Amino acid sequence: MNPVNYLYLAALLFTIGATGVLIRRNAIVVFMCVELMLNACNLAFVVFSRMHGNLDGQIIAFFTMVVAAAEVVVGLAIIVSLFRTRHSASVDDASLMKL
Amino acid sequence: MSALQLAAYTTSTGEAFQFWVLGTFAVIGALCTVLMRKAVHSALCLAGTMIILAVFYLANGAYFLGIVQIVVYTGAIMMLFLFVVMLVGVTAADSLKETIKGQRWLALACGVGFGVLLFAGIGNAALTEFAGTGRANANGNVEGLAALIFTKYVFAFEVTGALLITAAVGAMVLTHRERTERARTQREMAEQRIREGRHIPPLPAPGVYARHNAVDVAGLLPDGTPSELTVNKTLRERGQIRDVSAEALNDLRALEQRAAERLERTAIEPATFKRPEEASK
Amino acid sequence: MDNLIALLIAAPLLGAAVLLVGGRRLDAVGHWIGTLLSTTSFVLGLVLFAGLLGKDAENRTLTQHLWTWIPVGGFQADVTFRLDQLSMTFVLLITGVGSLIHLYSVGYMEHDERRRRFFGYLNLFLAAMLLLVLADNYLLLYVGWEGVGLASYLLIGFWQHKPSAATAAKKAFLVNRVGDMGLSIAIMLMFTTFGSFAFGPVLSHTGDTSEGRLTAIGLMLLLAACGKSAQVPLQSWLGDAMEGPTPVSALIHAATMVTAGVYLIVRSGAIFNAAPDAQLAVTVVGAVTLIFGAIVGCAKDDIKKALAGSTMSQIGYMVLAAGLGPIGYVFAIMHLVTHGFFKAGLFLGAGSVMHGMNDEVDMRKYGALRTYMPITFVTFGLGYLAIIGFPFLSGFYSKDAIIEAAFAKGGTQGWILGGVALLGAAITAFYMTRVMLMTFFGEKRWQPDAQGHEPHPHESPKTMTIPMIVLAVGSVFAGFFFHLGDRFLHWLEPVTGHSEGDSPIGATTITGATLVCLVVGVGIAWARYGRKPVPVVAPRGSLLTRAARRDLLQDDFNHVVLVRGGEHLTRSLVYVDHTLVDGVVNGTAAGVGGLSGRLRRVQNGFARSYAVSMFGGAALLVAATLLMRAV
Repeated sequence: MNPVNYLYLAALLFTIGATGVLIRRNAIVVFMCVELMLNACNLAFVVFSRMHGNLDGQIIAFFTMVVAAAEVVVGLAIIVSLFRTRHSASVDDASLMKL
Repeated sequence: MSALQLAAYTTSTGEAFQFWVLGTFAVIGALCTVLMRKAVHSALCLAGTMIILAVFYLANGAYFLGIVQIVVYTGAIMMLFLFVVMLVGVTAADSLKETIKGQRWLALACGVGFGVLLFAGIGNAALTEFAGTGRANANGNVEGLAALIFTKYVFAFEVTGALLITAAVGAMVLTHRERTERARTQREMAEQRIREGRHIPPLPAPGVYARHNAVDVAGLLPDGTPSELTVNKTLRERGQIRDVSAEALNDLRALEQRAAERLERTAIEPATFKRPEEASK
Repeated sequence: MDNLIALLIAAPLLGAAVLLVGGRRLDAVGHWIGTLLSTTSFVLGLVLFAGLLGKDAENRTLTQHLWTWIPVGGFQADVTFRLDQLSMTFVLLITGVGSLIHLYSVGYMEHDERRRRFFGYLNLFLAAMLLLVLADNYLLLYVGWEGVGLASYLLIGFWQHKPSAATAAKKAFLVNRVGDMGLSIAIMLMFTTFGSFAFGPVLSHTGDTSEGRLTAIGLMLLLAACGKSAQVPLQSWLGDAMEGPTPVSALIHAATMVTAGVYLIVRSGAIFNAAPDAQLAVTVVGAVTLIFGAIVGCAKDDIKKALAGSTMSQIGYMVLAAGLGPIGYVFAIMHLVTHGFFKAGLFLGAGSVMHGMNDEVDMRKYGALRTYMPITFVTFGLGYLAIIGFPFLSGFYSKDAIIEAAFAKGGTQGWILGGVALLGAAITAFYMTRVMLMTFFGEKRWQPDAQGHEPHPHESPKTMTIPMIVLAVGSVFAGFFFHLGDRFLHWLEPVTGHSEGDSPIGATTITGATLVCLVVGVGIAWARYGRKPVPVVAPRGSLLTRAARRDLLQDDFNHVVLVRGGEHLTRSLVYVDHTLVDGVVNGTAAGVGGLSGRLRRVQNGFARSYAVSMFGGAALLVAATLLMRAV
């Protein structure tokens, strides 16, 4: 098997995640889909690292994880405060662009 | 041509087997993440996919990342998700009905188009030569990463640290609510209740039903009507009040069924079953 | 002597100003002031005429430059008068007949409380008409042309309390506007072609100009002439113009103004000579109108409308002659002058009859008037004999000359035109005899009117009969006087030029044929109206008679073709405006509005919609990248 198949898998997961972001209304699930997309990218980075024979790809994946963690923290905080005011976690409820 | 280099071009049969099996599950998990109606199920499926991805990291020679993926991602971040899901309501199921006209078709079209393009791009790229991570990992994967992080990527690393701290502070700022007045004591609350005169006695207790945890069952008022006031406010807002009005009939039906089986009365006269008031006469 | 020319115009203009501005305090003497100033003009004309006669035939053109009117670069318009033999003829006709009619009006309008104003308008008309014939360039002529149109409008509608008179005035004005458009276009064409519109430069450079342009100018001038002279197809206003007071009909709508078209064509003879197509059009218009007017004249029971049809027909003769070119110019003017005498006389006679008959105009209610108003009968009868071309009277010479000239045109055209002219002579004899018989012969047919007043026919006062007598004398002798030694021909030839056509048949034969036509026409009329009593109520009549009573459906034609057509055109233009123009404007607005509505829907506030756009954009970027690499 050619390791390039990992890349196809990463592309597939990324696409599924992106479609999920567009389809789901629950903000938490949307975040999960974003996480899925980030993970797909990480997989691609790791495979690239193997392809080039150095560790830079893994470093980038590492940073991605850190950024993803930061993003999740802030994002979930936003969801919680939204839920507090609206009693709903639906992203469509925020369509008036104000609290 | 060493065996190491050869391994870079193709993978071992074991790895190929692992890829196809786990890869299938990863895709299924991703699809379930998107399609599950309950957020908690989505979270569990995503956790599964992430663990599989961790295995793939390990297979690709990224040992440190594989472990971090399990410990930090699946263990910490996903648990954070679960906490929030709990907060919002574990059992709350989303409606999968689309409300924005054409959104679903547009999303699917874009997704399919994007996927096709990505595949085409990967297929077109000359990705036949794989150097393999053998030489890079010669001194150990963690040591290699550490050497890079603290030399070449040290500034990025420091900035990322700053980002993390900012995120932590931001999360606290977002969720923190400044209390602008002193918390009221029980005495003050009781006095207010008397002043307003709406509910002078304590709220009524929820209904009691022997076979269930009965907190989510509305209690009956003296006139026999169920009162939503008896259910906890959180449950009420989530719409998780259970209706038990049909329980007794269902139980009776199950009892009849079992009795009929026991007595080997194959044909039950529906009239007697359906009109118990006549039968009792 | 040159300086007297302006005074010709100034006298009646002064009269008009004094009478119209002077107000009521001039009511008592206003009519005499008007008559005096008109006569002054006539006397001045006689003085100038005497002066012209004292000169050689070649030097009889006088000019008077008053001031430069519009000096704008190459566009130079002068107020200059030109008095030559042609203008002189018109001046004498206008002022002479005009003065007589002023005098007549003193009696005719005696009981009209607005008589002063009437004389003011008459003087205004004289001034405008003199300006028209004395102008040395077409622009100044246009001023006079419009001036007579204005005076005509004011005088037709003089009895404005009658709705029919007001309508007739408007009709005349509107139809005349069509002709005026022709004249203004002709003047513009002249300016672009010759760089001037003075008679001198325009008429002397026709040789070195393309025939197409000259034809265009000629046709436009013909349109103008049609409007003013009531020629087909702009003839419809003349019959209705008889709503005006009878002196007006006599002066303006018979003797002078309606002949302005003939003057214009003869004056522009050089242009028509160089444009045979335009000339042919002129003859055709003349021939058609000749027959048209004659047929209408046969059917009318209203004495003034019958005479109006006759006027139209006689002017048709003149236009026909003017269209023949140098063969006919002199005879056109000669017929114009003799016609001025006898037609003015006839109208004044008709006015006299009406005066005595309580303003009754229906000839079927006349009859046997010869004994009641003998002077009117005699003068009218002389005018009648003159118009039908009774031998040795005015009409005989002038009409005969035109018929000869028509035959002299040569070829098939000559035969056709000559035949039409002969036919016209026969019909003229018929309808004029009819008028004569119905009015003055037979039994009296008048009845008491609604209030029980029986008319008492009586002879008119002297102020009315004297002009009639003078005009009758003119009707009898003018033709003979002009004809004797070809005086008129020699007088006008230096201006209009003259050439003898080669007639296929001899002059004597034509004269004989004309006389035969005359006898036939009179005979038929006698058989129908003289021998049998005339019914008081008009019989139903043949199809042609009924059509002729409706002016040969001219108004119906105008209504269907012009009014309806105009309405349809307007409606379609409105439709085009609503659908196309407004459609484009509103469509643009609606398009922008609709587009904005659609675009607004994109901004729905749903984060997921925005995400779709971003995702789609990202997909496009990837596609673009791949495509760039593939290329």
